[in-house]
Amino acid sequence: MKVHEYQAKEILGRYGVAVPRGKVALSAEQAYAAAKEIGGTVVVKAQIHAGGRGKGTFTDGFKGGVKLAQTADEAAEFAKKMLGNVLVTHQTGPSGKEVQKVYVTEASDIAKEYYLGIVLDRARQMNVIMSSTEGGVEIEKVAAETPEKILKTWIDPLVGIQPFHARRIAFGLGFKGEAFKECVKLVTALYRAHEETDATLTEINPLILTKDGHVLALDAKMNFDDNALFRHPDIVEMRDLSEEEPLEIEASKYDLNYIRLDGNIGCMVNGAGLAMATMDVIKLEGGEPANFLDVGGGATTERVKNAFKILLSDKNVKAVLINIFGGIVRCDVIAEGVIAAAKEIGVSLPVVVRLQGTNVDKGKAMLAASGLKFAVADNLKQAAQMAVASVK
Amino acid sequence: MSILVNKETRVVVQGITGKEGSFHARQCLEYGTKVVAGVTPGKGGTRWEEKVPIFDTVADAVKETGADASLIFVPPAFAADAVLESADAGVKVIVCITEGIPARDEARMKAAIRNSGARLIGPNCPGVITPGECKMGIMPGYIHKPGRVGVISRSGTLTYEAVWQLTETGLGESTCVGIGGDPVPGTSHVEALQLFNEDPATEGVVLIGEIGGTSEEEAAAYIQAHMKKPVVAFIAGQTAPPGRRMGHAGAIIAGGKGTAAEKMKALAEAGAVVVKSPTEIGEAMVRALSGKR
Repeated sequence: MKVHEYQAKEILGRYGVAVPRGKVALSAEQAYAAAKEIGGTVVVKAQIHAGGRGKGTFTDGFKGGVKLAQTADEAAEFAKKMLGNVLVTHQTGPSGKEVQKVYVTEASDIAKEYYLGIVLDRARQMNVIMSSTEGGVEIEKVAAETPEKILKTWIDPLVGIQPFHARRIAFGLGFKGEAFKECVKLVTALYRAHEETDATLTEINPLILTKDGHVLALDAKMNFDDNALFRHPDIVEMRDLSEEEPLEIEASKYDLNYIRLDGNIGCMVNGAGLAMATMDVIKLEGGEPANFLDVGGGATTERVKNAFKILLSDKNVKAVLINIFGGIVRCDVIAEGVIAAAKEIGVSLPVVVRLQGTNVDKGKAMLAASGLKFAVADNLKQAAQMAVASVK
Repeated sequence: MSILVNKETRVVVQGITGKEGSFHARQCLEYGTKVVAGVTPGKGGTRWEEKVPIFDTVADAVKETGADASLIFVPPAFAADAVLESADAGVKVIVCITEGIPARDEARMKAAIRNSGARLIGPNCPGVITPGECKMGIMPGYIHKPGRVGVISRSGTLTYEAVWQLTETGLGESTCVGIGGDPVPGTSHVEALQLFNEDPATEGVVLIGEIGGTSEEEAAAYIQAHMKKPVVAFIAGQTAPPGRRMGHAGAIIAGGKGTAAEKMKALAEAGAVVVKSPTEIGEAMVRALSGKR
């Protein structure tokens, strides 16, 4: 799960990470009040779940999702231009994201920018803190071009962050004196926040040294482990549904794993690996999958029905490919579900069904006798070929 | 021969009285697996379906029944505890089926059992099966056939797809290991490859990977340096978009890393036969075992 910058900073602030003062605003009036309260020069930042906001452009031509405002009037003016407007950045895709909130923060005098990030290193099976003096730019770029400029510090999951880890990072970034102490404190607090909230990514880009010698997290990004949300009700409340694909939200209500793609062949598969493989086979046969959809192990009539509904509400879908490997679940039960669902919804598109596993012959016979126009395939390759042919 | 489990394996099922645990314990028993005990705290002293004795703790189950492997169907919030309990009781093979365990819990439990001598398979996996001898998991038993090929996979139904092809071609399987789709698997591709490399009954290995992480790249390095047997590999997710979790917690291309293309390239360069379509796995293995490419 993703959260906005202002939410990430709120969480980090609770753990003692130094962040600039700020207030979220949903209207130009609120932005004005926030700027007045903060005082002096402020920054107005569009809140969307994507990076590259500063260099982004709004669809009406207004440039920049991060703006420096000298006065509260100016802050209100920027907020007015951003709110309800659609911001396109290199991470949003060409359709962009509508801005519904702006974050008004105090402006900082930046002496130098750095990078701090925490992720799970899957090869070592422990978290790694990445720090770099190359702040404010994309870390992937730094990793590709100048990997020696990234310092990696691995943290044992049983012991957690130790003072020497934080010192190593602060020394590595070149901090001295009071700023060194502030950096040690910030790194330690940041790691604790990451660990205790079950974050999968915590990124401060940039971390800054101000001209008056303080260390601050100027930006913040946090993603959280969906599997751990059950123990973080406060973070669940931060979920912003307007940032998510409506069909994916609908699918999640039925415990269906659905991801919308750009093609025209809708897929319904049991199991995530087989669902990915089915997409791959469609592509190999010259088609384009419209989605990833895992109906799970227990593909009941109800689940198949809901899956059908979601597939068909994507108007790009011109054919449906159902690929089920009936293991524990019997093929005749699946056939029954598919038939019932198709009858109830009234599917008019070509539907190719490939069944394999327990009671496969019975399942195929039921599909054939249903009176519905299912195309029944004997194997996955043939199923993909039939689906691709039906949309050509 | 086989790896991890065989007809001597004595299985304790943790969570045997739950809906899933109960269903699959029955299926395992019907397959012929020696399910010798169940564990449900608070129900010790009773019997599951009048057949299998239930204990309050894994330690009791091990002491009373000689169980040496555990099969876990415990909800995600309590699954790490179940794994640690098994390792503490001296169980040598722990198969964790549970899907949805937080990554932090997985990293901690993996580190905690490091020196226990236990091998963890999963979590979020279909389990392990040595056809005709022992089924420790949720896979349909009848699609398997005792035979010559080892199978390693991060997926469930995709594994069945590959197994079905191996069975249809007559090759059969020595053992199939579902290592699971989570970011911190108990056993990696490399560790499973090592076991198959040393198993005299295994003549070739099917390796099924997917996007995310670097487990397949590590497997490629191992294959190049040590593998004595042919490997046929398939990587799922060639068409998956970056930045999206494709069902499995570990199936995500993050920061441009973990793409199917990288993994396929690494495996091919290491000498594995990489198939583009999962429908070609069986035939590719037939060719590989007959010495043809």
